[in-house]
Amino acid sequence: MDFNHSEERQMLGDTITRWVMNDYPLKARLEAGVSELGYAPDRLAALAELGVIGALFGEDAGGFGGAGFDLAVVFEGLGKGLVIEPLLPALLAGSILENAGNDAQKALLEPVIEGAKTLAFAHFEADDGDDPRWIETTAKKGADGWEISGHKAVVRNGGSADYLVVSARTSGDAGQADGLSLFLVPTDAKGIETHAYSTIEGGGAAEISLDLKGLPMGNLIGGEGQGLDILNHALGRGIVAIGAEALGIMDVIRAMTIEYIQTRKQFGVPIGKFQALQHRMAEMLLEIEQMRSAVIRAAAVLEEPGVERERAVAALKVTTNKTATLVAEESIQIHGGIGMTWEHDLGHFAKRLTMITHELGDEDYHLTRYIALGKGEHV
Amino acid sequence: MDLNYTDQELAFQAEVRGWLKENLPAELAHRVKSGKHLSKADMEFWHATLNARGWLANHWPTEHGGTGWSPVERNIFEEECCLAYAPRIVPFGVSMLGPVLIKYGNEAQKNHWLPRILDGSDWWCQGYSEPGAGSDLASLKCKAVREGDHYVVNGQKTWTTLGQFANMIFCLVRTSSEGKPQEGISFLLIDMNTPGIDVRPIHLLEGTHEVNEVFFTDVKVPVENLVGEENKGWTYAKYLLTYERTGIAGVGFSMAAMGELKRVAGAQKRRGKHLADDPLYAARMARAEIELENMKVTNLRVVSAAAAGGVPGPESSMLKIKGTEIRQELNVLSRKAVGRYAMPFLPEAFEPGFNGPHVGPEHAAAQSKSYFNNRKITIFGGSNEIQKNIISKMILGL
Repeated sequence: MDFNHSEERQMLGDTITRWVMNDYPLKARLEAGVSELGYAPDRLAALAELGVIGALFGEDAGGFGGAGFDLAVVFEGLGKGLVIEPLLPALLAGSILENAGNDAQKALLEPVIEGAKTLAFAHFEADDGDDPRWIETTAKKGADGWEISGHKAVVRNGGSADYLVVSARTSGDAGQADGLSLFLVPTDAKGIETHAYSTIEGGGAAEISLDLKGLPMGNLIGGEGQGLDILNHALGRGIVAIGAEALGIMDVIRAMTIEYIQTRKQFGVPIGKFQALQHRMAEMLLEIEQMRSAVIRAAAVLEEPGVERERAVAALKVTTNKTATLVAEESIQIHGGIGMTWEHDLGHFAKRLTMITHELGDEDYHLTRYIALGKGEHV
Repeated sequence: MDLNYTDQELAFQAEVRGWLKENLPAELAHRVKSGKHLSKADMEFWHATLNARGWLANHWPTEHGGTGWSPVERNIFEEECCLAYAPRIVPFGVSMLGPVLIKYGNEAQKNHWLPRILDGSDWWCQGYSEPGAGSDLASLKCKAVREGDHYVVNGQKTWTTLGQFANMIFCLVRTSSEGKPQEGISFLLIDMNTPGIDVRPIHLLEGTHEVNEVFFTDVKVPVENLVGEENKGWTYAKYLLTYERTGIAGVGFSMAAMGELKRVAGAQKRRGKHLADDPLYAARMARAEIELENMKVTNLRVVSAAAAGGVPGPESSMLKIKGTEIRQELNVLSRKAVGRYAMPFLPEAFEPGFNGPHVGPEHAAAQSKSYFNNRKITIFGGSNEIQKNIISKMILGL
């Protein structure tokens, strides 16, 4: 048993943390977050240069990492700086290419790792309730290729990406485990209507309506109708990443809040001397440590397919969402009025932390999934 | 980062598991599992059995007859004992006083008292709390005045667990009222058979006799029974408390309780369905399980960070708070699981040798008793509120 990261991973984490602290000022990030692109291309290039995108993928795909703890180290570091460059979409869509793609599809990962091309994960839909089986977008074989029709909701970086990985039903009805398929779709294909916008915490997203015809047959990723396991594999990786990102944010918020209550004075003393606040901070600390354990546990089993992996991932997202809400709400309350302002950093961290609970599944969905997995259901 | 046990640790786990299977009588394990009372003889039997194997003092270094186990090995041992429903090791001598004597006792004290803890010659109890000194332990008033080669002790201790079985008590006593309250406390070892000691039972809300009041009237204690230096007892007291707290986290207890809860919820019928299929119950159970799974990792993180042979410092407060919250939640779920069969109260059914009929399922009988009894775990060993004060000061620096 060993709870230390390997030296290489430790170095990677240190590199990212240093970069975030020295080269990623929050002010520039906030400006980039509301720009048309939703991020800063030179920051993405810098991250690629540091090898951060490469750390998300295995050697076969041109990367040099890809293990659960690689994702955890990278995203924990990114969380500390509220990095908005599209690494999570790269991970989600890229993992599908890496895991299930053919050679031509996998080759796309090289420019992604270099930061030259970007991906988006066009999977979730308005009425899916976070369940990857509840996909209503359809795909059928037409005269000159796939015909895909449907609507994808709040696709991160959907307006700026070069390629989409799209989920669609090739058979069956919404809610069924079988019949899901995945497709690689260039965003300049005809029949894609994109409405891009910024999200509340900064960063780009888009509504994407698909009425595609003639997508080459070779753009199917993996086996037809076999998409659920591929999706769950990628979602598990995304949940470890976003959980680690949340953990990085929580550590920043905790430090920020402790510093604040040691300096802010009321009634002639620093408010950190008040037991009412001390106990709330102690509870926050405990929950953050439980959260850290949840990340470690899921990262440790991420490469072992099976129920144990899926349950650890679902447990992590339940823990992430519960803890994220607690830390965001408590830290704003403890800061008082200043925590409500745009000017103070806290609010931006709290917003991203809260929005993480809306990404890749809410608490109710993952708790339900955790229970269903315990009964041996294919979810 | 590697969460798996090493081959050596796995072999150790298998050895402990195999030994428990051979040496823990099924009848005794069944009584532990079903929450029945253990007699003094039951507990002494289990201590002697462990001691014969050399596994009683798992916190002690080998030169004093301990196991010399690593923190990870100790953790494995505790988990396996809980999962096998072994009686718990009565902590007062082995887990509390032992480490204090080893660290702060003189040679004569170590040579005399440590072997007697191991062979069961002495049954120790803990004289810490007083009616006016609970969370504010340092305000204790039980007084010891030096008179020649004796201290004369006057005062009262309370919440003395299993004091009715003990022949020895370690006590925090006030030897000075100069300076801060913490600076006038000493750590004394007192023979319970000394004239002037009166032990009176306190009956708990669930109907058991577990704790006592102990009164001291002009009790003479030889000065060689002072541990360490006079007025330095607070340091030793706090050292002991980190041991006490780490044990209270009880991850092994929760693992066993979770397994049993799943079995019960999978068998118990509600409106034609299993309780485990009731969405609200299942959700609450799943939340508890997730907390426990996280806690197992948190516990191991703290355990593996602790230096070999030592115990965690302020992190023990974290384990205590979260561990006890989880244990209590499992008590609630178990009590809820048996529905109205939580209500019948048949104290005779908990006594050894009871052969009468059960009311409702056998596992139902002790649920309410255990639930009420375990309200104590967020109170004793320093209430969870006190643990939060410690975290605020020692970890958060507030």
